[in-house]
Amino acid sequence: MQSNVKRANRIKLICLFILAALSIVGFLFYNIQGSFSYAFPKRVDRVLAMVITAVAIAYATVMFQTVTRNRILTPSMIGVDSMYEVVQTVIFFFLGSASAFVVDRYLNFGTSIVAMVLFALLLYRFLFRADKYPIFLLLLAGMIIGTLLGSLVSFLQVLIDPVEYLSLQNKLFASFTNVKSELVLISAVILIACFIYGAFMMKDLDVMNLGRDNAMNLGVNYDKIVLNVLILASILLATSTALVGPITFLGLIVANLAYQFLVTYKHSILILGASLISIIALVGGAIPRITRI
Amino acid sequence: MIEIKGITKLFGKKKVVEDVSVTIETGKITSFIGPNGAGKSTLLSMVSRLLEADTGEVLLDQTNVKSLKSKEFAKRVAILRQSNFINVRLTVRELVAFGRYPYSHGRLNEEDDMKIDEALVYMNLVDIQHQFLDELSGGQKQRAFISMVIAQDTEYILLDEPLNNLDMKHSVQIMKILRKLVDELGKTVVIVLHDINFASVYSDRIVALKDGRLVKDGPTAEIINTTALKDVYDMNIPVQEQDGCKICVYFQSQ
Repeated sequence: MQSNVKRANRIKLICLFILAALSIVGFLFYNIQGSFSYAFPKRVDRVLAMVITAVAIAYATVMFQTVTRNRILTPSMIGVDSMYEVVQTVIFFFLGSASAFVVDRYLNFGTSIVAMVLFALLLYRFLFRADKYPIFLLLLAGMIIGTLLGSLVSFLQVLIDPVEYLSLQNKLFASFTNVKSELVLISAVILIACFIYGAFMMKDLDVMNLGRDNAMNLGVNYDKIVLNVLILASILLATSTALVGPITFLGLIVANLAYQFLVTYKHSILILGASLISIIALVGGAIPRITRI
Repeated sequence: MIEIKGITKLFGKKKVVEDVSVTIETGKITSFIGPNGAGKSTLLSMVSRLLEADTGEVLLDQTNVKSLKSKEFAKRVAILRQSNFINVRLTVRELVAFGRYPYSHGRLNEEDDMKIDEALVYMNLVDIQHQFLDELSGGQKQRAFISMVIAQDTEYILLDEPLNNLDMKHSVQIMKILRKLVDELGKTVVIVLHDINFASVYSDRIVALKDGRLVKDGPTAEIINTTALKDVYDMNIPVQEQDGCKICVYFQSQ
């Protein structure tokens, strides 16, 4: 019976993989009009950005839901993407859309990532004491700070010059057009580094499904893994948000689809499944909207 | 041997466990008894490192438990707490297989499979090993968790109220199995019990706590008598002998 489930899971994963691959190929070649040599490299960049975002969000969400033991939370609870809005708005408000922080994409990308990760780390530094407070205190604080930052952002946006506001808006909506290939490359490197780091925690995460007491009984360093996952999730989120803008809601959907679709508790399988579903949703969903290039 | 030395735990300003020193002897069943809020579970949690003590120390064979590596500790001491909420679907066998995690880290070898089979047989779970936990009764679930702890194959087994949710038949069954683990496999069992009659009939030693303090500590025969029990529970409990077992008849006591 066990091996039946395993085989079924493998077949499902292969199907997902084929669909994901088809989505990518479809996105790359569908409806190219005009110069192929112009359009194709642009599409490669866009599809790579989508895949990176899709995988980063799926990965972060599944891990985050395990450590919080809650399947309707997303890592955006920590308030990382609110921090992104703050950074962008503050830059536009004080420095304007012509400043180096906006024009220089690297500088913008770097500033955003650093600010988001620093924010998350500071939050953990002060509020992560699993032995003293439950993790939900951290999440509540993150949510409240996120809302506070959101209000601050709205306030600045009301005061800002309307023309500046329009270009700011472009930054605050997720967008896959116009991604820079160098940034895609940097993001890919960060993503891979996170994967390697996360791979060591995969098995421990499986055990953490049994709860803190049981996991600790089985020799898992529970609190340390929770902190590591929180840090990892923030880095992944920060990377994808800085690359294309805030889009974390996607993680909630794909993670839960993966739980329903794949009958297993193993994170290696769940994360792979969630990532593939995420790619199908994001890349596949973008195909009908491709125009011209 | 586990030595608990002058251990104290505060929750906020309230002392839940206060300066408790007890030695747990190997190859015996030691029962922790006492009224609600006596600090039994907290004490057990500190012994098993789930909680850190504020003062005092716990020595496992002369080594402070704090200085042991998590994975090594998990091969020597197992603990099962009262509430076990799982938010994934697992079969009984999958759960029991987790007991081998300290040894195999998720890659089960033949020895692991053998230990899992043994644990399933021990807890009488072979027939339902492929059923999902959320389809089982409270008692079956409890047995599955105990089976996981048995598969962990540790020298010390700590159980926090394992008879919760169990009917008489299964309670007796589990106590008999614990007895067997001690008598046949030489394990050391520490168990928190609410029903003092189970403590009286099955345990070798009893540790009685009240308001976070140690009240009595000794062989079962010394604790199960009306005067000693009065100190622990503030109740006049008549003790009667039945087939060589001391039974506390507490139902109508003042």
